[in-house]
Amino acid sequence: MASLKIIWNIFVKDLRVEWRNRETLASMCVFGLLIVFLFNFAFEGAREETLRLLPAVLWVAIAFAGVLGFNRSFASERENACLEGMTLAPVDPSLIFVGKMLANMLFLGVAEVVMAFAAALWYNFSFLPALGQLVLIAFFGTLGYAALGTIFGAIAANTRMREVMLTVLQFPIAFWILMLSIDSTAEALRGNPGGDWFGGVARVAGISLVFTIASFLLFEYVLEE
Amino acid sequence: MLETRNLTKFFGDLAALKEVSLSITRGESVFLYGPNGAGKTTLLRMLASLARPSSGQVLFDGGDMGGDGALAKASIGFVSHTTFLYSELTVRENLKFFGSLFRLSDLEKKIDAALELFDMRERSGVFVRDLSRGLQQRTSLARAFLHDPDFVLLDEPFTGLDSQSVKNLQRLLLRLPEQGKALLFSTHDFEQGAALAQRLVALKAGRVRYNGPLATAPFEDLGIVRASGPKADG
Repeated sequence: MASLKIIWNIFVKDLRVEWRNRETLASMCVFGLLIVFLFNFAFEGAREETLRLLPAVLWVAIAFAGVLGFNRSFASERENACLEGMTLAPVDPSLIFVGKMLANMLFLGVAEVVMAFAAALWYNFSFLPALGQLVLIAFFGTLGYAALGTIFGAIAANTRMREVMLTVLQFPIAFWILMLSIDSTAEALRGNPGGDWFGGVARVAGISLVFTIASFLLFEYVLEE
Repeated sequence: MLETRNLTKFFGDLAALKEVSLSITRGESVFLYGPNGAGKTTLLRMLASLARPSSGQVLFDGGDMGGDGALAKASIGFVSHTTFLYSELTVRENLKFFGSLFRLSDLEKKIDAALELFDMRERSGVFVRDLSRGLQQRTSLARAFLHDPDFVLLDEPFTGLDSQSVKNLQRLLLRLPEQGKALLFSTHDFEQGAALAQRLVALKAGRVRYNGPLATAPFEDLGIVRASGPKADG
């Protein structure tokens, strides 16, 4: 119970900081929308073409918007060495990880909803027929991606070229989550031609949980120095 | 007791600390003195468990702090060059957040007491980003004293403080040993530090040059020129 309270306090602190400066969410949404909008010009055409490319467009937008958000999330921790300040307290580092990851997940989730609405409008496309499956894929994909963003954000925060470093460090590993998320989203949008509703969700959930647990266990070593 | 045994710290090829062994017990006031680059900040950071030793040990009450160090962390208050405060939060919100990480009971009362101690009560609703450097330092001190630590580690605590705040802090620090608390602090103003401590630890180039009573320290050998400076108000 005490651990949950600490996670909650860290999560609320991140939300409060974001509410005050409104930098992270705004930049994530604008950047994500821009990507979705630009791709709209690239393949204005048949529904089949849209179905093929839309999942990739959305997840690329999510990936880049996420990087922007993760960098911002640690900018407030870097200023005045607040992350170090947290480690002065007798708190398990993994609780700091979970609190920050949940905040990153929420910001990315909100940005995803905005991007999905925009995509539905611009591409004249409805996500409703596969909404339940898509929400699950987005949830687990976002969980894994936010977990990696949180641990690599903490690593990159202490480097000189931090904005570049986060992308360079995170993308090669996040590739697996993104690839499976794109694949599963495409299948869901096509109406699951193989009839396997659960398979796509399970694949994304599996890989995301592996990366989330690994990040949870390794965060302590990242904070050490 | 907070103790280091053969503590060595390398940053790349540079040895910031070399084989430093010293201890500080509750009720003691120790002045850490040395020129720039002597290793004072590195030593204080390692005692506060913010940095890991390259070799050697930091011990808290006989136990290695290399583990989770929860007990040690709960007993240590640390003020550094950086304030560890969130600019986008108010003074009270910062104290509330950090206090919650220490799982303090009666947190609001303790926050009020810490604010009172550093004369920050009227500014408790001000965002940290809107405070002057001196007021941020006072908030940082309030954060470090919030959980009533047994070991108070202060790295240049007088930075940015006005003369009244310096006097208030000196008065507070002088009382700590009487309250059974240990104080280890650094300052570049030797006379200011000498007025507060019974023991001197002089560092130079990462090594301990002297560790003993301040009154009998070989000042000339240590290159310390005593001057008639300001004394703390007892």
